[in-house]
This record gives sequence, C-alpha cells and structure tokens, in this order.
Amino acid sequence: MGSNMAENHPVGFRWPMKAKERGSTLIHVDPRFSRTSAVADLYVPIRPGSDIAFLGGLINYVLTHERWFKEYVLAYTNASSLVSDDYVDAEDNGGLFSGYDPKSSSYDNASWAYAGMGPAKQGPARDETLQHPRSVFQILKRHYARYTPQMVERVCGTPPPLFLQVADVLARNSGRERTSAICYAVGWTQQSYGAQIIRAAGILQLLLGNIGRPGGGIMALRGHASIQGSTDVPTLFDLLPGYLPHPAAFKGDDTLERYMRESAVRGGYWSNLPKFMVSLLKAWYGDAASSENEFGYQWIPKLTGDHSHVSTSAAMADGKVKGFVVFGQNPANGSPNSGLQRRALTRLDWMVAIDLYETETAAFWYAAPEGWKPADIKTEVFLLPTAGPPEKEGTFTNTQRLLQFHDKAVDPPGDARSDLWYVYHLGRRLKDLYRGSTNPRDQGLLNLTWDYLPERPDPQWRIKDEPSDEKVLMEVNGYTVADRKQLPDFEQLKADGSTACGVWIYSGVFPGPGKNMARRRNRTPDNDVDPEWGFAWPGNRRILYNRASADPAGRPWSERKKYVWWDAAVGRWTGKDVPDFPVKKAPGTPAKEQGSGIDLHSGSDPFTLKADGRGWLFAPSGLKDGPLPTHYEPLESPLSNALYQRQDSPVAKRFSRKDNAISPPGDPRYPFIVTTYRVTEHYTSGVMSRWNGWLSELMPEMFAEISPELAGEKGIANLDWITVSTPRNQIECKALVTRRMRPLRHDGRLIHTVGLPYHWGYKGLVKGAMANDLVALSEEPNVYIQEDKAMTCNIRKGRLR
Amino acid sequence: MIDAYKRLMNIEEPPAPKTAKGFFTDTSLCIGCKACEVACKQWNQLPADGFAMTGNSYDNTGTLGATTWRHVQFIEQAKANGHGLEQRWLMMSDVCKHCANAACLEACPTGALVRTEYGTVYVQQDVCNGCGFCVPACPFGVIDRTPTDGHFEAGTAHKCTLCYDRLKDDMTPACAKSCPTASIQFGDIDELRERARRRLGELQARGESTARLYGMPESTEAQEVGPLHAFFLLLDEPEKYNLPSIPRLPRKTMAERYGWSAFVGVGFALVAAVVFGGRR
Repeated sequence: MGSNMAENHPVGFRWPMKAKERGSTLIHVDPRFSRTSAVADLYVPIRPGSDIAFLGGLINYVLTHERWFKEYVLAYTNASSLVSDDYVDAEDNGGLFSGYDPKSSSYDNASWAYAGMGPAKQGPARDETLQHPRSVFQILKRHYARYTPQMVERVCGTPPPLFLQVADVLARNSGRERTSAICYAVGWTQQSYGAQIIRAAGILQLLLGNIGRPGGGIMALRGHASIQGSTDVPTLFDLLPGYLPHPAAFKGDDTLERYMRESAVRGGYWSNLPKFMVSLLKAWYGDAASSENEFGYQWIPKLTGDHSHVSTSAAMADGKVKGFVVFGQNPANGSPNSGLQRRALTRLDWMVAIDLYETETAAFWYAAPEGWKPADIKTEVFLLPTAGPPEKEGTFTNTQRLLQFHDKAVDPPGDARSDLWYVYHLGRRLKDLYRGSTNPRDQGLLNLTWDYLPERPDPQWRIKDEPSDEKVLMEVNGYTVADRKQLPDFEQLKADGSTACGVWIYSGVFPGPGKNMARRRNRTPDNDVDPEWGFAWPGNRRILYNRASADPAGRPWSERKKYVWWDAAVGRWTGKDVPDFPVKKAPGTPAKEQGSGIDLHSGSDPFTLKADGRGWLFAPSGLKDGPLPTHYEPLESPLSNALYQRQDSPVAKRFSRKDNAISPPGDPRYPFIVTTYRVTEHYTSGVMSRWNGWLSELMPEMFAEISPELAGEKGIANLDWITVSTPRNQIECKALVTRRMRPLRHDGRLIHTVGLPYHWGYKGLVKGAMANDLVALSEEPNVYIQEDKAMTCNIRKGRLR
Repeated sequence: MIDAYKRLMNIEEPPAPKTAKGFFTDTSLCIGCKACEVACKQWNQLPADGFAMTGNSYDNTGTLGATTWRHVQFIEQAKANGHGLEQRWLMMSDVCKHCANAACLEACPTGALVRTEYGTVYVQQDVCNGCGFCVPACPFGVIDRTPTDGHFEAGTAHKCTLCYDRLKDDMTPACAKSCPTASIQFGDIDELRERARRRLGELQARGESTARLYGMPESTEAQEVGPLHAFFLLLDEPEKYNLPSIPRLPRKTMAERYGWSAFVGVGFALVAAVVFGGRR
C-alpha cells in the first residue's frame, strides 16, 4: 500500500517476485492499476487519501473476528496498559482527541498518558484480562468499531468482497507459522496524516504478531538511494545525528544538562541519550569540548521554530531568506507549489546550485515558464558541477538500514567535484576566514574538528585534495578520546567525554583501522540472513526488536519462523541474527523496580527503545496528531468525512496565503482528485533522467492519466492536450486515457482521479509541464512533509492558451 | 593447395561450433521496467529514436528496429466482472528470435547474415550492402535498415546480435544481465527449453490456464522457421503480443507464388491476345 514498488524500486522488487514464486500472495492496494498491480495476485482499488480508513477496517476485522495473535499481543504490546482517566477518544468527540487547542491547532498530550504513571510508580497499570474499559485493547476496539467493510467501501470506494479477501489473506498468513510484510513508500508519507497511516500499519502488524519476526515488518521504501542514510545522519532540521532531538530554544533546552534531562527517556534504551549526546559533541568539537564548557553544547544553534523545507520556502518567498545553497535538490520543479518556489528564488541575494546538470532551479533566472527577464532578477546564481556516484566513494544506506560502501571508479570530469569535496573545502575556507575571531558565536565553527584529508592522496586520481569518506566514517563510528582507538559498538559510549562518536546508531561500522564493515560482501551459505554482507545499524542487527521472534519463554514461535532464541545451556540469546536484546538477559528476568534504561524491562519486553519495552498499539506520547490513527479527509477532498464531524487533520499546517490557496471540501470548481507519482523511466524531477536520451525516449512527454469515463465526460480523446488546474496554478499536458484509472463510487457518486507523473520541467532533452506547480505548501505535523498524493483539481480539453 | 589458396586469399577458418545459446523470456515475470531496452542501447551504443509519446499504454519506442533491439510491449486488457474490472497489463520484452531456419539469413544475397558458432544469427556490418531483402523476409518484423540520416552507415541492416561481443568473453548479454526479475533468462538453449517446460507446468498448476510457450521445437510456430533461439512464455495468444501464430518462411511459399505469378501472367497474355488479337 502507498507504494508502487515494481515501478519505483524495480531492483528491490525482485524479492517480492521471488517470494511470489515461492507461494506468497502479493496484494497491491492502490488508487491506480500500475505495473505493481499487474504482477500482484490481487489488486485492490482505493481512493487517494483514505488509507487509514482501509487499515482501520483491517484492524477492526482482526479484532472482531478474533484473528489477533493472542500470546504475542498480550506479552509484547501495550494492549493491557491502562490509559489515564482524562483521555477522551476521537470516537466520543467528533474526531478530536482530548487536549486539543483550536487556537494553536495543536494538542497537549498529557491526557493520553498511561494511568498510574505518577512519580512514584515504575510502570503503567495493566489489566492482563484486557477487559478494563480504559485498557488500550478496549480503547482500540471502540476506536475502530465503526470501521466496517461497509464503511471502508463508503470512504475508500473498495468493494467489500475485495476488502474482506485482503483481511482474510493477511490474517491467515500471520501467526506462529507464518508472517506478512507491509511495504509502503511516499504514497503514505506525502499525506497530511502520513505518520498516522504508518502507525495504523504498525498496530495491524502488532496485532498479527508480524513485528520483530522474519518475513514480517513494515518496509519503508525510500524515495531515493540512501534517503535512509540522510535521515540517520541526518539532513533534517529538527534532528541531530542518530535521531537525537535538535536542541530548541522554545523547548527551553538552554543547558546541556536540561536538554539531556528533557530528551532522555527514563525507561528503555533512550535513557542512554546523554552518552550519545556527549560523544557527539566530542566528535564535533574535539579537545575544545570539556565538561567545563558543556562539551561545546552552546555552540550548537538552537531551533527557534519550524525550519523545514516547506516553511523555509514560504519564508524565502516573503524575502526573509537571503542566501541559498542547494545540493542535489531541485525545488523549482520537485518541491510543492513550485511556482511559489521559483518566485521565492527571485527574492534571494544569492544562490549556489550544485548538481550533475543545470537544473530548473539553477536556470530559473532565464528559463522559468514565468518568462522573467534575466535583467530583472537580482539573485546572483552560481552553478557548480558535482560528481555522480561512480565518481566518488561513499556509503549507501538502504531501507533495511544496511550500509554498503562503494569505491570510486573514475575521476569526475573537469571542475566537477564530490559533494563531500564542496562541503569540506567550504568549511575549511570559512574556518580560515574566521580565524582569530573572538566573537562567541564564531567559536563553534572555529572549534569544529575538520580533518578529513587522507594521509596521502591516492596516486591513481587526478583530484588530489579529495577528502576521505572513510575518515568521515571512522569518526561516525566513534573512538576513545585518550588513545584514539576505534570503538567496537555503541555499548562502549560514555557520557563523561572519554568517547567521541559522530552517529551513535552507526557505531560498529568501522571498529578498527582498515575494518570498514560496510565494505563486506561475504555470503554465509547456511544463514539466509547473510550477516557478513555490509553492516546494518544498530550493531549489525538485520531485524529490529528480534527478541519478539521468540515466545515469552525464549523459544521460537515455530520451527518455520525460527530466528533468535534463548539458549538456556549457555545462558544467552543466539540465532541467525545479532539479538536485539541484552544478550545475557534470560527470558524470565523480572523488571527491576529501581534504576533506569532497559533494567526497567523484563526478560520478555522486546521493544527496547520504548520506555515500557512494549510495542505501542496506543501511542501515549511521540505524535502531535493523536494517540490512535483516525480517518480524516485530505486537506483538499471532494467528499466530506463519513466518519467524523471533523473534516481534516486538526493539526496539519496549512500555509494560508494568496499564492497557496487550498480548495474547501467539495469545491464544485475542483471536482476531481489529483495524485502525483513517478514512473520507472524517470527519476524524481528528471535531473538524472531527462538528460539521457535512452531514458527520455521511453517517457518523452508529460501526461495525465485519466479513465475513459472521465475522458468521455470531458470529450477528451487519447493524446489530446488537456489543461489541469488547481487554485495554485494550471498546467498543460497530453491525456493518456486508460482503464487503469478507475472512477470509484462513493454514496452513489462517481469520483474520478487524475494521475500526474512529476518528471518534466523546462531543462533537459525532453521538456514538459511540472506537476508540482499544482501542489500546495502544507505540512504533516510530525515530519513536515507536504500533501501531494491527494488533492483536488479540474481538467478541460485544450492547451493553456 | 586449398590451404595455400586460403592463406593467399586471407580466408579464416570459421570458429568451431559452441553450445547453442539463447534467451528464454518469461513474460509472467516481466515488470515492464525497460531496463533491457536501456542496457541494450547502452552496451551497443544505439541512439535514442526520438521523443514523441505514442499514446499506446507505456510503450513509447513502438517497435523493434535498426536501433531498438529490445522492445517492451504493454498490452492493457480489461473486462467487467462481479465487483468491478478484471484487469491485466501484459508486458513482454520482445527481441530477435534467432530462428533455426532464419528467413533473413536465407534472403541475404551477400552473406552478410551468418549463423554464429553460438547458433545465433548475426549481421556482418562490413559485408552488408543495404539491399534490404532481409527486411520483408523476417516474419516477425525484427530486422530493419537504418534511415539515410541514421546512426550507422546509411541503409545497412541491423538487429540484436545476442551480444556476440559479450558472448566471446563469456559474459551474459546486456539485457539479461540488467533484468531485475529474471524475466529475460540467458543460457544454453537446451537447458533453457527444459526450464521453460518446467515453468509452464508450474504456472498451469497455479491456474494460469492461458499460459503457453512460443517458439519451442514442439510448438506449431516452429513449422517453418524452426525452433526459436529466443523463445517466450506468454500469458495469452501470440497475436495479442503482435506475434504471428505461424511465422512463415518466404522460401516455403516461393514455388506457389511464382506459380501464381506465371498463371496470372499467362492469363493476362491470353486476355491481351483475345482483346488485341480480335481487332485485326
């Protein structure tokens, strides 16, 4: 669901194809009949934006038909935990949870907490019979009781027999002997409640016992190679490396001590946060970081608000951003409301675009469809050529958290340099420019460790001042400060400044000089996990929470699904994978009453990162838009919410501005749903594919996919020019009329969907209109992503003018 | 004497025959990614053929030709059933069939088209004079001449070489190498045929009642052109994939057609004799 894996991850899709050959059932739930649907055993149509209703329907089916994995759910999830008396569910409050403040459009989540979590209490109160009305299990049951097959049909447009077939296949293929996996991609994440859709899948998989077990799980198919790596390291504004929260002024993180106290969780592995944070500061600031100066904590700029890409674009359009360095990204085409993005670029003083080709972003000043005269553009634009993957070394981290290092095969041509080269030398020159400054705000830059040139440049390459990726990776792995010895893993990290570590979750990837584990390419014939291929974080564990692959007593749930188990004879966990659990903690170990960290967990609490060691059916904290996934309509929808009085996400951020208008629900001017996506033949905004003739000829022109029914209604023939409009913009493209687009019936009304790939632009061998011109700026509240999978539009026959 | 002549004329011994190689293209595994088309063009340095959308599903390269040696077909099928539509989107990576009795090879007057030591059919570019006889001879419409302003020497005939240059170095042809789902399988032809028969059995056991093999020694398609060295597992009738149910060999119908020509000629002569003869 939410993924077109065959088209967008064709190489990874070999594995589902192999599974199918071995007898697995492949189900594709999607608004479009795509190349994935074509090879699936079952294709199930769904209206864009209705995924939570569908998954909620599955949850309800599993609960009401008693198809949940009882021992697993009871032992490993928070089903039995009791929730605070103050909690009010969305079911009883028109679609809003308790704690909602309409003024700020945000929740105070205090009432979502477990009951009995007073300062003196260790863990939540539990009712192992699951009968208590405030138990998570009963709350869950009530929350999804109205998500019936009939409701699923009404909201999603999915015929009940098909829905029930999915439910039955999933339930039959889960339990002791079997497991099911769910794959998703940006079809889920790029919605105004994307994180909640994934949560709904998490609830379903926990109920079916499909987490922490081989063949189970929820696979996030990432949108680019190494997007996983870029969230781990990360390139996100609100996180420090390894998912440490970024210090924020508005959270009161004014001292290191306070930041660590607020951010660390008492129970679970996150209680070690101080070790990760201090080691990170030591890696960044080296000898300048000491306990006297909070290890340089004050040199990290504190967040003052939402600095996500979408918000920054809006600020840039308002003239609040002066300079812009853009690497490997093409906002003038690839980002939401790209017309606004282009106008924003005209408000800059300067922009540096670093890419393989002259992107739409780099060329906005003379080539944008707005037809601006270069003389009228005040922005000074620098275009710098970068190196492609074979022209540099480095790692890719894939969706399995597997790091694979690759060598450089050839020097990049001419002046082209790797991204690392640009960042390293920019940093080096800036440090030179600021040398001798006593201004406190410059000390962070001046004290930054910046030693990444190799001891000797590799004689086979022309470029002699290329930094060493392996040196970076060695710092990422971490070392002991006193003797500069590489650390074997993150268990060795200390909060006293004696260890340094760039990204704690990656620790173990480079445990000694010359021991780059991400280079390994060894097969292990008798172990299909292949633990010596690359390196998976954390600690080379291929499946997270794999303690759950054994029953509470530590025995595999079944011989067929044997993965990690307790070997009583030697008193340790063992198996095909590295146990994601304290290796000597016996299954019967009781939770400690005192202390912190995973000592507060028992020997049968597999979810070590969670405060209570359990998989969360109900999320008492961590999400800004509710403890349980709830169906809302997209920000733009032709339908009103059939389940709740509340129409759309109460906390998603809309950017209410003249150049970002959003249609009201059921707007007759924009009666059709529009969704954007990619096709196999191109890559994102086309920078890496539209300059290549072999790829361009395969998909040469921008098109819109529409059903014969909609084409008939509008008098459109195949290949006709059509104009697609939203309140933001309008674009022209060719129509591809196909039965693969199906109108769906909702309450007797036929709802059409228009499909738009977003690969074309105004540079490259093949050019065409940009689908992102139609998309609105908006933000999902947890991860700040725009909603472009479900919007509304209108179409007409004919060109723009 | 003969050896001396061969030395004098610089005639090389043909390479010794090797195990016959070929492709088994299993369309039930194809995901239509077109990696084969791109890998083929990259390895063989073939140009792009133009940038226009055809409107025929996701197929924008149209046909096999002088500069497109792998071509992925997209066939959309839909019929109504109880709760909506029963839909199929058939995908098939088409290629030169390297027929055992290749019509192109028979039609070639210069000897440019040859059978290689791997049992495949190959155009020797330095020999081809661009007469084009091979083009209408091919019952599959595979081989074609480059347009006059083309990438190759104008007018010469081109088609898949089964990556002859890669075979020489024991490498898998580019298309098969790039296929992520093993829809294109390369190997010894006898082994591939065995594999294809097994695969058909599996699919039929799974209820794929319309699955069939195309181009096997025992298939009706082999009547005239012989077994295909690039053969297919299809999920529908061959015509649905633009493949002839019985590919014809022009030689087989030559006598008949010459007969008809002679008959018609004689007929016209008689009519002329009657018409013009009567005027006298």
